[in-house]
Amino acid sequence: MDERIPSGAAIVVGMPRVLLIEDDQAVREGLSMALGGRGHAVDAVATGEEGLARLASRPPDIVVLDLMLPGLDGFEVCRRIRATGDLPIIMLTARNEDIDVVAGLAAGADDYVVKPARAQVLEARIRAVLRRSGQTPPSVPAQPEIEQHGDLGVDRAALTVTKGGKPVALAPTELRLLLELTQVPGRVLSRQYLLENVWEHGYFGDSRVVDACVQRLRAKIEDDSSAPVFVQTVRGFGYRFGPL
Amino acid sequence: MKLWGLRTRLLLAFSLLVVITAATVAGGAYVQSRTVILQQAQDATARVLVDKATALYPLGPLPPAGGTLDRISGELSDRDLSSLVLYEDQSSGNEQLRSLISPELREEVGSGNVAWQRVVTKGVPMLVVGTRFTVELPGGKRQASGIEAYIARSMASEEESIAELATRAWLIGGAALVFAIGLALLAARGVLRPVRELGEAAHRLGSGDLRARISVRGSDELAGVARTFNETAEALERHVGELERMEADARRFVADVSHELRTPLAAMTAVADVLEQEASQLPGDAGRAARLSIDETHHLTRLVNDLIEVSRFDAKAAALAPEEVDVAEVVAASLRIRGWTAEVEGDLPAGIFAGLDPRRVDVIVANLVGNALRHGEKPVSLRLSEAGEWITLEVADRGPGLAPEVLPHVFDRFYKADSARARSGGSGLGLAIAWENARLHKGTLIAENGVDGGAVFTLRLPRQVVTA
Repeated sequence: MDERIPSGAAIVVGMPRVLLIEDDQAVREGLSMALGGRGHAVDAVATGEEGLARLASRPPDIVVLDLMLPGLDGFEVCRRIRATGDLPIIMLTARNEDIDVVAGLAAGADDYVVKPARAQVLEARIRAVLRRSGQTPPSVPAQPEIEQHGDLGVDRAALTVTKGGKPVALAPTELRLLLELTQVPGRVLSRQYLLENVWEHGYFGDSRVVDACVQRLRAKIEDDSSAPVFVQTVRGFGYRFGPL
Repeated sequence: MKLWGLRTRLLLAFSLLVVITAATVAGGAYVQSRTVILQQAQDATARVLVDKATALYPLGPLPPAGGTLDRISGELSDRDLSSLVLYEDQSSGNEQLRSLISPELREEVGSGNVAWQRVVTKGVPMLVVGTRFTVELPGGKRQASGIEAYIARSMASEEESIAELATRAWLIGGAALVFAIGLALLAARGVLRPVRELGEAAHRLGSGDLRARISVRGSDELAGVARTFNETAEALERHVGELERMEADARRFVADVSHELRTPLAAMTAVADVLEQEASQLPGDAGRAARLSIDETHHLTRLVNDLIEVSRFDAKAAALAPEEVDVAEVVAASLRIRGWTAEVEGDLPAGIFAGLDPRRVDVIVANLVGNALRHGEKPVSLRLSEAGEWITLEVADRGPGLAPEVLPHVFDRFYKADSARARSGGSGLGLAIAWENARLHKGTLIAENGVDGGAVFTLRLPRQVVTA
């Protein structure tokens, strides 16, 4: 699966392949049509099992995943995809209860869209997630090749993160969040700022997304995620990288 | 303890009852005993006098010889008896007695009876008894001799006994009173405790604790009241539970319907987007029909989203996620996102920080400004200010303002001020949602008309929301 990522760059610029896992036929067809009309190659399946099978046979650039699926539900599908790689995932949910959204994000989704959503919103979110999944290389590698923060190494050019020399597999949003934070170590970035710059949401209120992503990032880079060293919470304001 | 509370009244009633009873019983016994004691003393003294007088017969010829009166008085005197014998102007014995003998006594004795009288002299009660001697004439005929004899004795010991009786009566009465007060207190407690429990339980019931019950003890009237109370509370709990269930069912129904609508709407919304791209190329009616479907789909989507939001408020599932934010920034962002910056005159001083839920403030601002832009006249102005622990945001337009009959209902759900506004693109829930969001912040949202016309909505939010 990991070999897929470098080859993805060209495809994203051209025609992003979307794997849509949605059990309702009308929604599936409608979204396929709408996304297709906006230049995506949509592969639509009705169940989580089918979706996982399709991942292996025809790897997409991004997965749009309905939360409530018969059999294998969205949370489980999300966890399984996350376990094997860092493919971007957007959850499509009919429920907007905090608990569902938070659970979806905790399972490893990069973003979520509440039904019913206009196709242009879904497409904007897909584009944003793909953009931050790091397929578009930075213009000029002006920074030193590898930034070292304690035992955490961040390579902005190669978009890799190492901890104690060993590579850390980060989901696209986690990576993007870490890059944003390490750009200005020691400065507090508000949830709203992170939301607008990492997720590109021009919308209030999804600080849950930020919090869930920070949790996941901590679980991967901190020695003890209950006493974080790298990503620190500034209560009531936001997050800060370091000081170490 | 209240001055005229139940306890006081019970105490008084008990004490009064005991005092009356004790006074009757002890007083009666006292009077009776006193009479008996005095009677006995009188009888005994009279008998002594009569016995001794009888023993003196025959008296001898009249007028009595010189020694006769002395003999009589000597015979009648005793250790505790002093005597005085009178015959015409002669007398013998204790002359002090003379002052004790009243004319009435003398008259009574003179008429031939044995008579007595109680006299108090120098603080000592005395009993004076008198009798008249008769002489037997030759031939057996009896005739009054004119000799009168009086004896007196002190009644001090009897008085003492009577005084003791009185003291005992007082003592017994006092003890009974103390006992009665004790009993009254006990009884009051026995009555008052259940009454107090009842009061407390009723208070708890009134303040919403429908599980308030009291313990039933015994089978008296108070227990009956307690049982009735418990039954009433149970019935109330049942009814309220039923109502709550019905209300919850109704809420859940709205929530479920809204959620169920989401899936078909998701498909329709997606298709509407496709249709939107083609609509301009469709000829005539087909194009208009497509446009109409698209608009109505978007309208329905907004409506369903608002319905879900309202049902979340009703289910109390809406939670606040406060953050320390610069309020002006939040408001400005809200305007910017919706492309309203150019249409709104904002007086938004930076640096007013508050712990608010930015998403909810965004919803309020969007609904208020959206409402003003749709129904009022431009320019719409926004004014943010702070005063103490409160921040205030005023949204004003220059329209005709709100009719007086509309004002109390602007925040009602689906309230339409006039039929022309019935389908104006809003869901009819926007202001209700804004109001709920303000309330969730423990703030207020009020609507009124400005001094120079136009509707003014004033949002007041506490600087720090206290979250439980």
